[in-house]
Amino acid sequence: MTRLIPKSVDETLDLLTGGRYVADRSLATALYLGLRLGRPLFLEGEAGVGKTEIAKVLAETLGRRLLRLQCYEGLDVASAVYEWNYPRQMVEIRLAEAAGDRSRESLGSDIYSERFLIKRPLLQALEADPAGAPVLLIDELDRTDEPFEAFLLEVLSDFQITIPELGTLRAAVPPIVVITSNRTREIHDALKRRCFYYWVDYPDAARELEILAVKVPEARTELSRQVVGFVQKLRKVELFKLPGIAETIDWTQALIELNQVALDPKAVDDTLGVLLKYQDDIAKIRGSEAAMLLDQVKSELAAAGRHA
Amino acid sequence: MPEPGQGAERASGQGRLVDNLMFFARTLRAAGLPIGPGRVIEALRAVETVGLGRREDLYWTLHAVFVNRQDQRPLFDQAFHVFWRNPQLLERMMAMLLPSIGRPENEDDREEISRRLAEALRREGPDAAPLGSPEQEEDEVELDATMTFSDRELLQKIDFEKMSAEELARAKRLIAVMRLPIMEVPTRRFRPDPHGRRIDMRATLRASLRAGGLATLKRREARRRHPPLVILCDISGSMSRYSRVVVHFMHAVTNDRDRVFAFVFGTRLTNITRLLRHRDVDVALDRVSERVEDWSGGTRIGHCLATFNARWSRRVLGQGAVVLFISDGLERDADAVLGREMERLHKSCRRLIWLNPLLRYDAYEPKSIGAKAIMPHIDDFRPVHNLTSLADLTGVLARPGQRRMEGVSQWMQQRRA
Repeated sequence: MTRLIPKSVDETLDLLTGGRYVADRSLATALYLGLRLGRPLFLEGEAGVGKTEIAKVLAETLGRRLLRLQCYEGLDVASAVYEWNYPRQMVEIRLAEAAGDRSRESLGSDIYSERFLIKRPLLQALEADPAGAPVLLIDELDRTDEPFEAFLLEVLSDFQITIPELGTLRAAVPPIVVITSNRTREIHDALKRRCFYYWVDYPDAARELEILAVKVPEARTELSRQVVGFVQKLRKVELFKLPGIAETIDWTQALIELNQVALDPKAVDDTLGVLLKYQDDIAKIRGSEAAMLLDQVKSELAAAGRHA
Repeated sequence: MPEPGQGAERASGQGRLVDNLMFFARTLRAAGLPIGPGRVIEALRAVETVGLGRREDLYWTLHAVFVNRQDQRPLFDQAFHVFWRNPQLLERMMAMLLPSIGRPENEDDREEISRRLAEALRREGPDAAPLGSPEQEEDEVELDATMTFSDRELLQKIDFEKMSAEELARAKRLIAVMRLPIMEVPTRRFRPDPHGRRIDMRATLRASLRAGGLATLKRREARRRHPPLVILCDISGSMSRYSRVVVHFMHAVTNDRDRVFAFVFGTRLTNITRLLRHRDVDVALDRVSERVEDWSGGTRIGHCLATFNARWSRRVLGQGAVVLFISDGLERDADAVLGREMERLHKSCRRLIWLNPLLRYDAYEPKSIGAKAIMPHIDDFRPVHNLTSLADLTGVLARPGQRRMEGVSQWMQQRRA
């Protein structure tokens, strides 16, 4: 099922909602711009706030193919763009030698034909697709080094790639590009300038509750409220790594598995490892701090309940 | 840039979107966002695409075009709300602001030029000889040159703390030309190398087609590159004499290579990397002293390290950085924080080298509470009190460490012997 690109910010918002992604209107605006004007969307934010998810939802709701390029230090052309299939090329050369029927020139052009080309995500993204241009997710760009960033700059500005043996390949329709970064390193301005930028922040309590209702529908209202209240409080504490939305969802699911209908200090202590991923942070929160936060959450919820 | 009044006139006269956008972009530029003319065109296209139906949409449309770092957001936010509520108000503000934004820079320039001029004039004077003097005094030049040489030798060994102002100035000049070779580590990128350990299939096949039949194997080897260097320098009162020299050193290193990050701390941590990028050491240092508020104050090493670990470590230590920690280890708040943060720092970098000016005393023992907390978590321990010790750093950084805590354990052994 292929859908057309949305025609307004509202439609974009509907599209995301349809893909079970609860988004702010601000994000929908940036996304709509990217889709409409054919430019990459650059998403930056802490880990676990749903950056990668946006690309997945987009591919799913638009019915496009999702191509994911996971970045790492030392990522090179051979694993990001293309590689020749050397074993097959060698077999081909041996066969040609044995048969002795081909000239060197024709063998050369045979060997470097598309049959022997292994296409990696960036090259695949330029190929025409009956379902429409694919969604290209360049994940955690901050993990690669500057040389790859510079190469990407070239690809993203013209959507074309040159393979010396084959010539230049150009995308008929540019792919929908989503770039994410956890900001472990500042990405160069030149690359950001070609994109629409959006900082994905932690959601507020109401929004997080909405997300939880969509992602973990089996959670009871009381539990969800307490979980969200607790996590929101936790994000105000000075921690090395604050819990993201992914952690909130995981935690709620964990609590449901443990048959908790509401939070109590012991349950929080036992499952804190789902929420916090650094020992120092866990040590800081576990015990009295957690109990105190929980008390605050409960009394606030009770007060809100009385008003309602 | 055209006169601000001119743009304002057009904006109020026709009230057109283009003018408003241009004017808004100019406001942002004046506020310090890096916005070129190309962005205005993009903004226009973006606004046309989204439409002007809702104020909120306009906000996020312009945000997507003009902002590309999270820390620019508050500036954009303020500018947007002031501007799009009442452009006229802003015009007036701009008219008031712009000249005064422009002026200090010019004044700085003039001041800079005059200082440069003064220095240039001074060079003609008697103490200019070491830098080369007019030809007519050839004999004297020779004499001066030898003197400079021995002078320099002498200078190498004087403690920074005991230098006169003039000696210090000369030491700084020597530091400016100092180079710091850091060891190189293999990356995951390759270059052709006939004696490489890996086979380069792409090159091999290409060569064999040229030769006809499978020819000799081509080889490749990992490219090498120096890891990032992070310098953390203590600028508290007890360090003041050294830290002023060390900042010169930081400037020299920052401008010599890429991937150097410089921080100073007293009671709070300041990232001065961007400030030091300026080629001219005087301008760079002026900016630093403008920005840093806690020169020669107290020390809160533990607290500052905690800030570094929480806010910067993930951004600058990512690719196996070498850390130079420059401090005398005299901590005001002595508690468990320092040890814990030092341990985290040690565990998140390739190598942690503590440069301590107090180490110049042969009998120095790391007995202060701060030093005791730091000692278990460092790889190497070096003095930094004169030019020789700075130059010696070269030897430490130029080769990869054999194992962790190598230098420290050696130092401890010598101590015992």
